[in-house]
Amino acid sequence: MTAFILYKSIICLAIFILSLTVAAYASWWERKLSGFLQDRYGPNRAGKWGLLQPLADGGKMLFKEEIIPNLSNKFLFVIAPGIFIITTIVAGVLIPWAPPVKIGDTYYAMQATDIDIGVVFLLGVTSVGVYGIMIGGWASNNKYSLLGAIRASAQMISYELAMGISLIALIISAGGTLSFSEILQVQDAGYANVVWQPLGFVIFFVCSLAETNRAPFDLAECETELVGGYHTEYSAFKLGLFLFAEYMAMFVSSAVMAGFYFGGYNFPFAAELYQAMGLEEGSWIITLIGFTVYFAKTLLFISVFMWIRWTLPRFRYDQLMNLGWKALLPLSLLNLAITVVVEFIRGNIQF
Amino acid sequence: MEKSSLLDYLPILIMFGIAAGFAGLILFLTHVVGPRRKTRVKLEAFECGIEPQGNARVPFSIKYFLVAIIFVLFDIEIIFMYPWAANFKVLGILGVIEVFTFIALLLVGFYYMLSKKALKWED
Repeated sequence: MTAFILYKSIICLAIFILSLTVAAYASWWERKLSGFLQDRYGPNRAGKWGLLQPLADGGKMLFKEEIIPNLSNKFLFVIAPGIFIITTIVAGVLIPWAPPVKIGDTYYAMQATDIDIGVVFLLGVTSVGVYGIMIGGWASNNKYSLLGAIRASAQMISYELAMGISLIALIISAGGTLSFSEILQVQDAGYANVVWQPLGFVIFFVCSLAETNRAPFDLAECETELVGGYHTEYSAFKLGLFLFAEYMAMFVSSAVMAGFYFGGYNFPFAAELYQAMGLEEGSWIITLIGFTVYFAKTLLFISVFMWIRWTLPRFRYDQLMNLGWKALLPLSLLNLAITVVVEFIRGNIQF
Repeated sequence: MEKSSLLDYLPILIMFGIAAGFAGLILFLTHVVGPRRKTRVKLEAFECGIEPQGNARVPFSIKYFLVAIIFVLFDIEIIFMYPWAANFKVLGILGVIEVFTFIALLLVGFYYMLSKKALKWED
């Protein structure tokens, strides 16, 4: 029992540190990539290629004055960024980062836990994140914050519907499992799920852009209208936590997309490659390669998120709502119908 | 997969502990470190430099409230589909017919909602 708790704690801590590092360096990479796309340098003063920039930013945020406005609801104002970051960190707990490694006779999964309602758990936890934004915006007692918070929460709940239905179609394609690791294993021998779910993937991708409040859906904080949106009144590291949590949410949703639709740690001809290298199942080298592949896919998706930010202009609010309710929701139901027909053809549903 | 036990949820609790510890530590640190030079103006609500006008707890558009209520209805109905999706092989053709009858009923509600202009934002 103690060994079990120790092993799970190590995995949890590793995932936590990984997501912290990625979130910090995603902010660096976003600025660097933006620089590249706009033909300028981006951060290049702190360390080589500006690599120490996230640390400098963190230090700066820590040593700034913490301002809690007079009229705000002080307790809620302080805990809101905490709620937001806790939900985004916990959302990453289910991701199986690599194939299991074999030590002695036991297989150790490179996943914190594998509960059999994984997909529902993910949807549930991510939707709690809305509370962080809503509470933060309301407690600030600032009109910009309130408007930003209302916009953000209405947007996040609207896109959750289409996301939920596209995940149902994915579950059916994956053979009716809600567990993360099984969805990945299904893609081991066969095709990646995106082959069966091209439309579902597009819907899921658009929804994750909206869920993470990324451009072109960043109406919650469009600086030309609402100053900073729901975190207008925040300063010091409380603001940092909000920004941090957004990058972390982007990381988690990229990892989920790479895992659900693009095979996670699986890649084409993986079994043949391992055989040619003379590796047995459960070898730590396989785990390492699998992790690298999954991580690379995740980083690729993060980069696509940033690329989209500088490619598409921001939506207007009615366009955003119309896209979510009148386009993506019916489209995801259509995708569900198509999936069922495909499953008939594949013979997974019997008459 | 085999039925998961309560023990499978322990890592989630551990992760929650780590996350809560991290958030608490950061919130505490940023409160302790950092200068404190508070002035009256600094603690006012920010309204682009002019003096704040009244309270921010003002009524807002009913549309947002409508969206929230419609979301609750639809989200619950989507959750009903998950048990089917997890067992669609066992339920077979009968399950498909039942679920799509359910979706059809859902779409009637959706059509009603649209015809009542519940989601009409441009006016």
